[in-house]
Amino acid sequence: MSAIVLKNVRPLGGANVDVLIDNGVIAAIGEDLPVDQAHIVDGKGAVLLPGFVDLHTHLREPGREDAETVETGTAAAARGGFTAVFAMANSTPVADSAAVVEQVWRLGREIGLCDVHPVGAVSVGLRGEQLAELGTMADSAARVRVFSDDGHCVSDALLMRRALEYVKAFDGVIAQHAQEPALTAGADMNEGEVSSQLGLRGWPRVAEESIIARDIMLAEYVDSRLHLCHVSTAGSVELVRQAKARGVKVTAEVTPHHLSLTDELARTYDPAFKVNPPLRTSADVEAVRAGLADGTLDVVGTDHAPHADQDKDCEWGCASFGMLGLQTALSVVVDAMVSTGALDWAGVADRMSIRPAQIGQLTDQGRPIEVGEPANLVLVDPAATWVVDPEELGSKSHNSPFAGHTLPAQVVLTLLRGKMTYSLQEKVAR
Amino acid sequence: MNTHMKAHLLSTTDLDREAALQILDTAEELARVSDMPIKKMPTLRGRTVVNLFFEDSTRTRISFEAAAKRLSADVINFSAKGSSVSKGESLKDTALTLAAMGADAVVIRHSMSGAPHRLAHADWMDAHVINAGDGTHEHPTQALLDAFTLRQHLGDHITASAEGSTGLDGLHVAIVGDVLHSRVARSNVHLLNTLGAKVTVVAPPTLMPLHTDNWPCEGSYSLDEVLPNVDAVMMLRVQHERMDGGFFPSAREYSQRYGLTVQRAATMPDHAIVMHPGPMNRGLEIESRVADSPRSVIVDQVRNGVSVRMAVLYLLLGGSESALGDGAA
Repeated sequence: MSAIVLKNVRPLGGANVDVLIDNGVIAAIGEDLPVDQAHIVDGKGAVLLPGFVDLHTHLREPGREDAETVETGTAAAARGGFTAVFAMANSTPVADSAAVVEQVWRLGREIGLCDVHPVGAVSVGLRGEQLAELGTMADSAARVRVFSDDGHCVSDALLMRRALEYVKAFDGVIAQHAQEPALTAGADMNEGEVSSQLGLRGWPRVAEESIIARDIMLAEYVDSRLHLCHVSTAGSVELVRQAKARGVKVTAEVTPHHLSLTDELARTYDPAFKVNPPLRTSADVEAVRAGLADGTLDVVGTDHAPHADQDKDCEWGCASFGMLGLQTALSVVVDAMVSTGALDWAGVADRMSIRPAQIGQLTDQGRPIEVGEPANLVLVDPAATWVVDPEELGSKSHNSPFAGHTLPAQVVLTLLRGKMTYSLQEKVAR
Repeated sequence: MNTHMKAHLLSTTDLDREAALQILDTAEELARVSDMPIKKMPTLRGRTVVNLFFEDSTRTRISFEAAAKRLSADVINFSAKGSSVSKGESLKDTALTLAAMGADAVVIRHSMSGAPHRLAHADWMDAHVINAGDGTHEHPTQALLDAFTLRQHLGDHITASAEGSTGLDGLHVAIVGDVLHSRVARSNVHLLNTLGAKVTVVAPPTLMPLHTDNWPCEGSYSLDEVLPNVDAVMMLRVQHERMDGGFFPSAREYSQRYGLTVQRAATMPDHAIVMHPGPMNRGLEIESRVADSPRSVIVDQVRNGVSVRMAVLYLLLGGSESALGDGAA
């Protein structure tokens, strides 16, 4: 592998330097590094960050390869600046066994665009009845550490307690999709002013908050690690804030769409805006932004959820829940957090790389930009803007809620262990 | 005559006061056709109106069918049962088919809120879309025929307005029952308000929508408190699935607390009228004798439905000539 010199780049938005990458690691950082026999990339003052880590991706393979594959999903990830993604377990078959998690993990390795870490199902078939073989998945080649029934809530309190306890043996974490099923049967969108007017079945905030409150108490009681997926309400943020203040081992994630969009968009009845948990109100958007800024919410997780065209080009009530997220995540975070002064670039690195890597127990991701560290890096042009065209995204699906939006900041280059997995200039996605 | 309507009728919030009054005035003009020996006008000859019904509603469908036929439009009835829809064809493909057949207007009834909105705005076809009831969202022509009926019966109690055309100014209308799931209630709340009436929705708390601060109406849990002060009461149908859904303890208790009994009806002012969008559950939300009493205008509502739907079709599809043709008006 030939060496690469990134000239005129600003690590974490700091001073301009050159960075030499050789043999998959950062070999030197300094001014005017010699460039003999190295591939030169002129960063022109772009911001250099550790490669992003997404704790919440749906790659749809195996089972729905018409919507996304590991290859197209990781291409989208590379183009979005990600060097590792956690693939959720709700595939067909469900990733509730060593066989399935190893298959997904191997596909990711072979394709080589982005590290793929399978999330194991908490319960067999995501049915919420019986624990899946968590230990076997942990011991498999995929080394699973994050377990989730995402898409479904582990609503049974006893099963949740057992899961939280059981994963302590291998320092795993349970990532909960907090949604009380009885309160959300048939729910289509946020319960509020807009749902009342549109006549769509409401998904009340209390259905999320009641599960979060319960699970915080369970995690505290059994002294185990709990991660909360896609926190969407102001009340949830407050529950997490209080829990952290008294030392509960809870971490939480927010999606780019919950940082930026509201339920007002449902007025179009366009299923591009149908997602679970649903888009909430502007007060909730303010609260999750504040939570991400002060660290109550640890990470941005995309909940990248590709769907085939026919599953979105239909009535709202027939449409699938979910939105693309990998390729727009950085730009949306910049728009919501950096442009507003709520986070600086070090903060972006923390919430999109360092902390998600810690929660997912990755030792080679989310590392400091220092000599000797693995070259999992992303170069971002903070001044660029781009228009989201769903036809041009790396994903196989087109269900972006940001279609037609002009977004700030653009990924220029993504490096996975020193290998270029995406270059805007060279238009390579491998 | 220039139409004040938009390209589609999806919600009564699409109608400003001018557009709503134009529909009511046109309907009044067209109602006279129903009194003529030959109930037919050539206005929409050569135009195709499709009745696209994904939900059974014989009443609404035949009302639209009669309206379109009296205006000489070609009518195609496309019902989900016995068509490709029941074999799983998507709304999109149905729309593409209707567009290929040259539909000028599509009257759609669908169990999902927003389906007419999608049909109108999803780039699938160009025809005018008329919402004939979508899920728990809206049923705008029902509200229009209700407004027409209110104007017809309560003229003496309406405050005259400056614009020459009569609205519903000064009236107080109570809408009673399952407001949470009612498309009739949603459409009426907005339309009656646009026309100047005061609206009070009455329901048990479990059937009262939450987050209605922006609704132009008042709310009450007590039918008895509201009835002495209304000019009209609109009773909503209680759907059978709500009875099993735990929204109230039993049909008997619902009827006792929210049913319009003879005794309750007697507390209304003498001139006040009783309305129901049909079909009624006699003995549940309305006592049979009240439905058949002189206060009841329920049959008039049905009759007016045809005139109002003629007006909507005419204003969306018609040319610039008068509804009744040269000289007839």
